[in-house]
Amino acid sequence: MNGDHKNGLNPYIGGALTGLLIILSVAVSGNYFGTSTSIVQLLGMLEKFISPFQVAQTEYFKVVNPVISWQILFVTGIFIGGFLGATLFGEFKWRFFPDLWKNHLGTSYVKRGLFAFLGGMIAMIGARLAGGCPSGQMSAMILLSLSALVAMIMFFAAGIITVKLVYKGGGK
Amino acid sequence: MNLLYGLIAGILFGFIMQRARVIRYDKQIGALLLQDMTIVKFMFTAILVGMAGIYLLGDVGYLKISGRPLIIGATLIGGGLFGIGWALLGYCPGTSWGALGEGRLDALVGILGLFAGAFIYAEIYPFLAETVLTWGNMGNLTIPDALGINHWFVIAVMVAGGILMFRWLEKKGL
Repeated sequence: MNGDHKNGLNPYIGGALTGLLIILSVAVSGNYFGTSTSIVQLLGMLEKFISPFQVAQTEYFKVVNPVISWQILFVTGIFIGGFLGATLFGEFKWRFFPDLWKNHLGTSYVKRGLFAFLGGMIAMIGARLAGGCPSGQMSAMILLSLSALVAMIMFFAAGIITVKLVYKGGGK
Repeated sequence: MNLLYGLIAGILFGFIMQRARVIRYDKQIGALLLQDMTIVKFMFTAILVGMAGIYLLGDVGYLKISGRPLIIGATLIGGGLFGIGWALLGYCPGTSWGALGEGRLDALVGILGLFAGAFIYAEIYPFLAETVLTWGNMGNLTIPDALGINHWFVIAVMVAGGILMFRWLEKKGL
């Protein structure tokens, strides 16, 4: 039995460390946390590789410049950090179905795959419109932006309703 | 150098999130099912610590602080869409990379979805820029600006509210 199901780092300590890390990042390099812009930049770089003309024609890539950025390295780091944490503590395991999903919604690869893909697609469009995903909104909230308060309330309100529909009756 | 700082910050953030289990589908959906508030505790503690530190750096003149832009229509619609997508995927754009690092392959499918969403957004951007993104533009409005009060008063109220919420969550065993 690996340590997978044992209680992890206390969330208040983890959160406080994250808060300190954000302060340090801003103080040292001026960068607030955020992740969803990096996907647009990576997409733009990929499109540049396939069809430079297409990128030149796309107005949005003038708003978000598709170059290697702080944020691309930041999400690369999140991947490495997640891998290190899991590996060092014997929790790394290839798997497709989260426990909660498996217990209530079964093991259809098509269903989980479809939910994950469509969810990612809708979430990305929403994050771009709302001016950021939760990590970006966390930064916006730290700056006491009214936009972050509105966005977070909407994230949770829409999320709670959607999850209720997905897990109707199934969620204990 | 800036890029290196990004990589280091990312590794530390990914490591902390993995150890606190907040990158997991079960924790993210657990919060939306109102059964397990781990991510809420994590996020709000980070926000409370962060806001006190950043505003302190602002007040001593080390940083220049301004809010992020609020476009009411875009934030309401975008926030709603994000909530729906987040509930289906069970990961955020940032946490999905960490979840993949743990070996969660459904997060990889989610990341492909994120790219598809970014592609659609880039394609329809000219239309959005003339419509949704103009509905109710309030500029870089902060909560203290909107209320016309000092930022430390807002921070104090938020810290007090946060502590009360944490105590209530702990009492309820969430």
